[in-house]
This record gives sequence, structure tokens and C-alpha cells, in this order.
Amino acid sequence: MAVADIGYDGAIARASAANLFRRKRLIAFGVPTIILAYLVYVFFAFDIPGLAERARIDNARILLADTYSHKVHVSLDNRSGETTVAIEGENKGQYAAEAWPAWVQRDGPSVVVELGEGEVVRFDPDAVRYAVPEYGIVTIRRTDGGIVLDTPSGEIPEWINASGTRVSITRPAGRVSVTRNRTEALRYFAGWELFFFTLDSPFADKSWAELASLAVSGDQVRPGQSNLVAMASDFWNNAMWRHRDVAWAIFETVLMAFLGTMGAMLVAFPLAFLAATNFSPNFLVRFGIRRLFDFLRGVDGLIWTIILSRAFGPGPLTGALAILTTDSGTFGKLFSEALENVDSKQIDGLRSTGANALQRNRFGVIPQIAPVILSQVLYYLESNTRSATVIGAIVGGGIGLLLTQAIQTQKDWEEVSYYIILTLLMVSAMDILSGWLRQRLIGRSTAPANS
Amino acid sequence: MANATLGAPVADIKAGYTAMVQRKRIYSGIVLIVFVAMLAAGFDLADERNAGGFWDGLRHVFDFPTELVKEAIEKAPALPGNLAKYFPALIETINIAAVSTLLGAMLAILLSLLSTRGLARWPRLIAVFRRMMDVMRALPEVVIALVLIFVLGGGPVPAMIAITFHTAGALGKLFSEVNENADLKPVEGLTSVGASWLQRMWLGVMPQVAPNYLSYALLRFEINVRASAILGFVGAGGIGSELRIAISWGAGRYDAAAAIFILLFLTIVVIDQTSSHFRNKLVRGF
Repeated sequence: MAVADIGYDGAIARASAANLFRRKRLIAFGVPTIILAYLVYVFFAFDIPGLAERARIDNARILLADTYSHKVHVSLDNRSGETTVAIEGENKGQYAAEAWPAWVQRDGPSVVVELGEGEVVRFDPDAVRYAVPEYGIVTIRRTDGGIVLDTPSGEIPEWINASGTRVSITRPAGRVSVTRNRTEALRYFAGWELFFFTLDSPFADKSWAELASLAVSGDQVRPGQSNLVAMASDFWNNAMWRHRDVAWAIFETVLMAFLGTMGAMLVAFPLAFLAATNFSPNFLVRFGIRRLFDFLRGVDGLIWTIILSRAFGPGPLTGALAILTTDSGTFGKLFSEALENVDSKQIDGLRSTGANALQRNRFGVIPQIAPVILSQVLYYLESNTRSATVIGAIVGGGIGLLLTQAIQTQKDWEEVSYYIILTLLMVSAMDILSGWLRQRLIGRSTAPANS
Repeated sequence: MANATLGAPVADIKAGYTAMVQRKRIYSGIVLIVFVAMLAAGFDLADERNAGGFWDGLRHVFDFPTELVKEAIEKAPALPGNLAKYFPALIETINIAAVSTLLGAMLAILLSLLSTRGLARWPRLIAVFRRMMDVMRALPEVVIALVLIFVLGGGPVPAMIAITFHTAGALGKLFSEVNENADLKPVEGLTSVGASWLQRMWLGVMPQVAPNYLSYALLRFEINVRASAILGFVGAGGIGSELRIAISWGAGRYDAAAAIFILLFLTIVVIDQTSSHFRNKLVRGF
């Protein structure tokens, strides 16, 4: 009957259904085609085919190997004739001359380095000899004319890279390089060496069980200091991994996020009242404040970071201020929207009891918007911890700075992985903290989409 | 009479209530004081560890923008040329954001379906996929980008991969919240006629969640444009790296930086406005 009422016509219905199907078919094929075409365009615009040439697979290999292993350098200084054995070739990780590891040995004037898998390097006074099983002995001589390489077959295999001034041999067991001034053999070991204690600490070569028994035993390794305190201080001041500096950097990053977010809340809160239609009768004021919020948001964190770092110099304060400036705009917009959605009944009720404007706001408005504000602020606190990492990389503060430094020096990739793990833990911790606080303060609430 | 039934005089109730209010006020006061103290101490500490002091810097906040604007006005005729010169870099930045939003959203759809109860292909692995998304979300883009720049060299690809990775995690979480609200009846109907998992998801779930997915993906695109500009500044391609170069030239060449600022500002405003327009349309329903 209803059909008859609106003048049902089979032909029209069929035509509109056919239309609908045609549209659906068009979308079903059109959208994937457009996406595919766009991806093809980007494939060439980003020069993905050329990526294989630009990519440094050797860098990737070094990066991967370094994240789970460390190398020990045995270096012979040709000027002084002295040999040193040092972890990662750093002074801080140098073995004392009488306490070399077992795989490095003196043999008269020579030094014998076992690289594992049967490969042995000898630093002899007249030459460097690298014995490779099933291949023979590679001899490298230093002459006045340059560096001369002799291989058993006379040909140079692909794992040797030789020029007149430098010979480097890269084998799975390790690496050897010889230049005019320096001969160096590297051997890889699994794990992050000296993560807890550097070699100058009395706890360096102790096992876990030994450390535990030392911690509870009464006789002090370092007189005047209990063993536990000595261990903690040696760990904290570890010169190789710089745990103290790293902890500071993490703290600085969190500080940036905290100061930025809370500062933005304090700035945006009063301004939001001026931008909300129901609290600010003056159109001009409202319009001005709203445009200010738009401006703060639109001029993006990157631009604020650059402008502010010119004035305040590198450091955590600059990062905090950059977050504060950008988020003031975001918070202002969110808060004023929350204010406009406030239920006026409660305010009217308060007015009927004779409450003044301040009391009406305190008891009628704040209780309504506090959950919204709190949940937004807590979400942004977590998200800003991540922003603070990248802002730190730009302004030079916090864990972002340490990361960029470690990556730019291109040698300590185990430190990079250490920082990455700590960053992950930091962000996750902030995520959990913010979620827990939200739960405690306002109960469950839906997440804003930009966290 | 009410008093009599309650068995307590009004005065007692009033006293109890006042005591409670007072205690609550004291707690709130303590929390407020601790918060303010933390803020003040944090500010002080940050100020101390900063290269330039706060009050000193405050006087110079407008130095750089003033210089920039002055120079941009002086060299106003060069502005259109500069805008045209940096336009391709801007397109690259937008492309990075668009591709990573697209790829990230596709990954997120898969991850979110795999980690929603009732829809998951392998219900036992729900926790694994959830943790995976948590890790992807928690890792800041800059970390991945910096490592990839070392391996792949500069250019847009490291930024693209980094943002895609983060987007997949962030959108995956939001998508799985959308999925939880999806009606399972169409899925059951499809199961009863022997549809495969992919068919169930594609025909039973997608039509319900698509508008919300799109709305979240648009918002993510806004965020990703900003992220790709920032990553350009730390070494990936696009307008960010041009900005870094332009600024390092120093005074006398700020016209280029000004042009980039203008481009970036306009792009962000236009994209924000357009996307919020479409998002409103999507959420209000077709």
C-alpha cells in the first residue's frame, strides 16, 4: 500500500537499481585502479628501482652484526711498535698489557691473534701473516714504496681489498686491516661487552653468581665502600655505555613532554573560555582567539622548533616550549569545543541559588569539562613523549640527541640499539602511566584518534 | 520526621559532610601543590640545562621571525620563483605522507582484524598481534628513519617506511576499536553459507566499518604530513630537508626559508580544513 502511495513504478525502480549497481561496479574497480596507479607513480617518483644501487648493504650488515655482538681490536702502532688490545678499540675498554685475553699471545717479538675458525694472524716484525685454512698464508709487507700483498695463488680473492696504501681483509671470523701506520685485527664476540662494568672496575670479569656473593659478603673490594654501593657506582659511571648520561637523556625527554603538555594546558585553558560561543559574547574576541589557535596549530611543530631554538639555544627548555606552543593551539580548540558542549542546566541551577560568575564556573562548568580536559591532556602526554624524541633530535636535547650522535658517528651500533630499546620502554611506560591515571581519575573513556 | 527515621540529627550529617568536603579540599590542595611544584622544578631544571636562558631568550623570540619577514618583504619579487622552486619538494613531502597513510592503513586493517575478538583468523594469536601494534605505535618515527637513512641513504624511502610502520600501529589500534563495535550477524550469516575468512571480512565487516576507517585514515594523513616534514629535517627527503639547507645559509638568504614556511603553513591549513570537512561528512553518515 505504501508503495502504491508514492506512485510505485517497476520500471523506475529497476532503472535506479541498475544505476546503483553501475555505480558500485565503478567504485569497486575504480578505487583499486586509482590506488594502484598512484602507487606506480610513487614507485618511480621515489626512484625505488634506483634504491638497490644506493642502498648500502654492507652498512646494514655492520649494523646488524653490531647490535648483537661486539668486536675486540688488536692494534699495532707501527711508529711506537706497541700492541694494544681493546674492546671496540676504545681507551676505556683497553686490556692491561699483562691481562690480555687468551686468544692474543706474544711470541717473542711477534703477536699471534687467533680469529677463530682456525684463522690466525701473526704480527711479525717484517710482515703481517694471515693464515686461512684451505687457502694458505696471505702475507702483507710494508715497504718504502707502499704496502705489498702476497697471496698463495697470486690472485686477489674477493674478500681482500688492496691498494698501494691499504690492505683490508674481511672474513666471517674477523677483519684485518694494514696501513702505513697501523695494523689492526678485529675479532667478533656475541653480546654487549662491558655493559655493566668497564675493565677498570674490580667487578668486570665476575660471573653473576660471584657478583651476588660479593654483594652480600662483608669484605669490601673497595675499602670504605660497601660492595653493593661500589657496584652501583661502577655501573652508573660506566664510561663506555654512559648509563648516567643516558638516564639523564631519557629523563630530559620525559621532562620536555611533561612541561610542554602541562604548560600548553595552562595557556589554553583560560583562552578557551574566550573562544567558546557561550562564554564569550564578543564576536571579535572570539574570532581573534580562534584564529590564534588555528595559527599556532597550522605553523606546525617543526617551524616552532626552528624559530624557538634560534632564541633559546639547544636544550630541553626549547623542546618543551616548542611542544607548548603547538599544543596550546590544539588544546585551545579542543577545550573550547568542550566548553560549547557544556550542559547549561547545571549553570542555570547554580544561578537560581544566587551563585556569582566565578562560583557558577567553578561548580557548574569545571566538573563537566574536567574529564574531557584530563583525558586529552593525558593522551597528549604520551604522544608528546614521542614528539619530544624527534624534537630532541632537532634542538639537541634528550634521547633524540644521543640517538643522532650515535648514528652519525657510525661505529657504536650496539649503543643505538640500546637507545632504541630504552626509547621503546620510555614510550610504553608513559603509555601505561597515562592509561592508568585516566582510569583512576575519570574511568574508561574513548581515545582521541591522534594519540 | 525524616530525621527520626534516619536516626541522626541534621547537625551530625552536616558536620560529617563538612568534614568530608574539607578532607577532599585538602587532598585536592596537596595534589595541586605537588603538581605546581613539579612544574616549577621541571621548568627550573630545563632552564638550567638549556644553552640559552628562558628570560634572555624571551627577549629574542621575535628576532628571527622579524628578520625573516623583513627579508621576505625586501625580496618580495623573488617569492613566486621561490615558491615554484620548492613546490616539487612539497609534493614529495605530501607523497610520503599519502603513501605511508595508504600502506599503513592497509597493514592496519589486516592487523586490526587479526587482533579483534570474534573476527580474528587465529584467535590464539590475538595477543601477539596486539603487542606487535603496541610496539609499532610506541617506536618514534625518527628512530626508524635515522637507522634506515644510514642503510638506504637519504631520500623519501626511509621516511616512507618509518611513517608507514608507525601508522600501521596507531591506526591498527583505532581500527580494532571500530571492529569491536561491528555487528557480528553478517559475519555469522556469511559463515553459514561457507564463506572463507577473507570473504567474511570483505563482505561482512568492511561495509560496516569503512566510513570510520576512512575518517581515522584522513586524520592520520594530516598527522603524517607534519611528520614527513619533520623527518625531512633530520635527513629524509622532501620540504624538510630543503628547509634545513635554506636555514643553514643564514642571514641574507632567508627569502628561501620564508617561501618554505609559507608553503608548509598553507599546505597544513588546507589539508586540515579539507580533511576535517570530509571527516565530518563521513561521521555524520552518507
